[in-house]
Amino acid sequence: MSAATTPGTASAGAGATGPAPESFFRKALRQKRFAFGFSLTLAIVVFAVVAPFLSPFGEKETAGPPYSPDGIFGTDYLGQDVLSRLMHGGQSILVISVLATLLGMVVGVLVGVIAAYAGGWWDEVIMRLNDVVLAFPQILLALVVLTALQDPGAWVIVVLIGISHAPRVARVSRGVALGIVSRDFVVAAEALGERRSRVIVAEVLPNMTGPLLAEAGLRLTYSIGVVASLGFLGFAADPGAANWGQMIFENRLGLQTQPWAVVAPVLVIGIFTVATNLMADGLAQASQKGD
Amino acid sequence: MTTTTSESEHQVRRTAGLVIEGLGVSLTGSHVDVVDDIDLVLKPGEVVGLVGESGSGKTTVGTSLLAYSRAGAEISSGKVVLEDRDVLSLPWKEVRKLRGEEIAYVPQDPASALNPSIRIGKQLVELQQLRGIGTSESRLQAARDGLTEVGLPSDDEFLRRYAHQLSGGQVQRVALAMAFLPKPKVLVLDEPTTGLDVTTQKMVLDTMAELCRTYGVSALYVTHDLAVVANIADRVAVMYAGQIAELGPRDTIFANPSHPYTRALLDSIPHLSQARALKGIPGRTPSPGRRPDGCRFNDRCAFVVDRCRTEVPALRTVAPEHEVRCHRVGEIGTWDINIGTVPDADPDRPREVILSVEGLNVFYGRKQVVHDVTFDLAKGEVVALVGESGSGKTTISRSVGGLHKEWTGSLTFEGRELARSARQRSAEDRRRMQYIFQNPYLSLNPRLTIEQIIKRPMELFGLAKGKEATDRVVELMGQVALGPQMLHYQASRLSGGERQRVAIARALAAEPDVMICDEITSALDVSVQGSIVELLEGLRLERGISMLFVTHNLALVRSIAARVEILQAGSVVESGPVATVMDTPREEYTRTLLSNSPRID
Repeated sequence: MSAATTPGTASAGAGATGPAPESFFRKALRQKRFAFGFSLTLAIVVFAVVAPFLSPFGEKETAGPPYSPDGIFGTDYLGQDVLSRLMHGGQSILVISVLATLLGMVVGVLVGVIAAYAGGWWDEVIMRLNDVVLAFPQILLALVVLTALQDPGAWVIVVLIGISHAPRVARVSRGVALGIVSRDFVVAAEALGERRSRVIVAEVLPNMTGPLLAEAGLRLTYSIGVVASLGFLGFAADPGAANWGQMIFENRLGLQTQPWAVVAPVLVIGIFTVATNLMADGLAQASQKGD
Repeated sequence: MTTTTSESEHQVRRTAGLVIEGLGVSLTGSHVDVVDDIDLVLKPGEVVGLVGESGSGKTTVGTSLLAYSRAGAEISSGKVVLEDRDVLSLPWKEVRKLRGEEIAYVPQDPASALNPSIRIGKQLVELQQLRGIGTSESRLQAARDGLTEVGLPSDDEFLRRYAHQLSGGQVQRVALAMAFLPKPKVLVLDEPTTGLDVTTQKMVLDTMAELCRTYGVSALYVTHDLAVVANIADRVAVMYAGQIAELGPRDTIFANPSHPYTRALLDSIPHLSQARALKGIPGRTPSPGRRPDGCRFNDRCAFVVDRCRTEVPALRTVAPEHEVRCHRVGEIGTWDINIGTVPDADPDRPREVILSVEGLNVFYGRKQVVHDVTFDLAKGEVVALVGESGSGKTTISRSVGGLHKEWTGSLTFEGRELARSARQRSAEDRRRMQYIFQNPYLSLNPRLTIEQIIKRPMELFGLAKGKEATDRVVELMGQVALGPQMLHYQASRLSGGERQRVAIARALAAEPDVMICDEITSALDVSVQGSIVELLEGLRLERGISMLFVTHNLALVRSIAARVEILQAGSVVESGPVATVMDTPREEYTRTLLSNSPRID
């Protein structure tokens, strides 16, 4: 059509002899937001990963009197070094958040895509059930189960947070998938008689990567928030271990004498949340520009 | 640059009409020209057709007349002179006033020109308020008069309607009325009838041409459709790769085209009156920045010599009012409209029926959209399903292809009854009947490579695997005129025509006996359409593939099909051999369709 002088078609026309299209990651890296969020996230991950080797003290090692200003961030209510606990506390929160996000994404995307692809009656049933789960506030669901269980392991928290993410992810991925399943290439695969699972995996999912990556970034942000909140409320996987949320709770009484013991974990949670959010935003922008 | 003769002609006409001189638009921040060196005069009361394919820059020229360029491009040189004022150098405030008031624009998509939440009457009145035309009493009357002029009702009921309560043709005519209300001097129409049915199209075109002539408005009609131009334009400018290739009176352009590109374009369009064999133009339109040196058409031209590759041709006047941008204009002889006919359109040939449809009724929910349709398809034959939008032609083809399940009736393929949906049919039946979609931008998965796309049917139906399949893919790509270097390209990197070729290759990969082609050329340029039709005709002769060809273009039917089914509102109104139906139509509806179709001959 004649509107063909838009930049999109012009470059598409030129593309045939041009260089290979950039990978999605490189395109995203050119977004300032993404580059900034990505490097910040990476820095915090490194900060947590090197804890066993570089932290000045051990996780549960006493470094001095309680609430003393020794060391960079001083000591906490038991006299443990705050910086060391901060570094050690990162690992569990990161691992739990990432795993929970992965679980939530996989379950949510499957539910959403299947609902969109099946359509009609199936879509209705799946999405209404989804709404029921969605009605529970995310943290409440986790609290109820954690209170009921005697000695919840870390995997219980992973599953709980993952499951509470799933319906939210499902809504988004259903929306994205709806726009794809009606396209002719999916109909063409149907007409050829491709297996339904292959239609979903080979035709639908690859076209959803952009929005899904953005959603994953957002979910990761929420996961960190929920894990930290659970720690603050006393539902950490290992009560004695370092945990950013728990650290805020434990040291809140000494806020006036040794504010760093509380402010430091608050800061890392804050920075990490902002960083992953920027990353998610950047991915969303890059995927909008893409194709 | 133009010769001195045309330069002096500009001087004479400057008092009236619109004069475009040396107009150039380039991409912002670079010196890449989108269009350049455009010289054109629009005389009062004259309709100039600006014809070109995608990427030729015709829309860019059209909007430049309003001193507008799309984001990412800027008007870099030239003048657009209206009554001694250069529109391009006017201050912003005056340009705003000028747009709509003196130079009006009718966009391609009429629905986007009207505000969906304001009533038609209010929009027409508001427009005059904004421009300060008339008094509050006279405005409503002017709105009514405007609607009457474009042949629409002007009663209160109609004025109270919203845009969504009008049909496509009505919306376009309201847009036309709005453009004419401020009594502009120049009108730019950007493919205003694309997407309209032939009957509506004819109505809109006639209205437009009449208003232009009555009010002495100069109109620039931007389009890709040569047939439309042949019907309404006084003069025609053919654009290629950002330049005017040929400019002349309509009759000259269509009877004696002198630029090889114009000739190639005319060779690629079907005629209503004869089963013309179509020829496409090889290659693709170069995009800005990739245009060849010398003559921009040199890489696709049949008459190319060394000089064309090095020396840029100027627009030369070959006859009064007739200008051509070609070095060899005197040397390449005259053009012969007759490029042969499709050989095999004999109506009395014995038919061996392969697919028959009997008493087909199709439903969407409770609504019945197709009523008792019966027809059949013989081996190596092309049957066309023709109708306006909403006639059910695509619905029928989707039901036959097993993509739509809600139908009753019987569908027999080689004597066997076919199941309703593709999934219920046997793999063999699915393989032997292939569906090709209208929009090649939607029918190929943008994330897969060409190889993966074409190979898939072979793997699925167990026809070939691995290396052998890849070899077959390369062979098929050769057959549809795609180079093997595209094997690993993703579909998103291809042009529309190339994508449609991939879609055809994918269908061929299944080694089908029947192909269902659903408006497969309507999203493509005419030169690409020509080559696709050429390709299909070759496949039909070579492999004896039968085709169900769905289209709204009657002229195209003539060039491709042996038999035709004319559809109206879900029923067949007339059917038979193409030559019989089109030369001696029995039904009133067929006659109306034929007389409303724009014709070149």
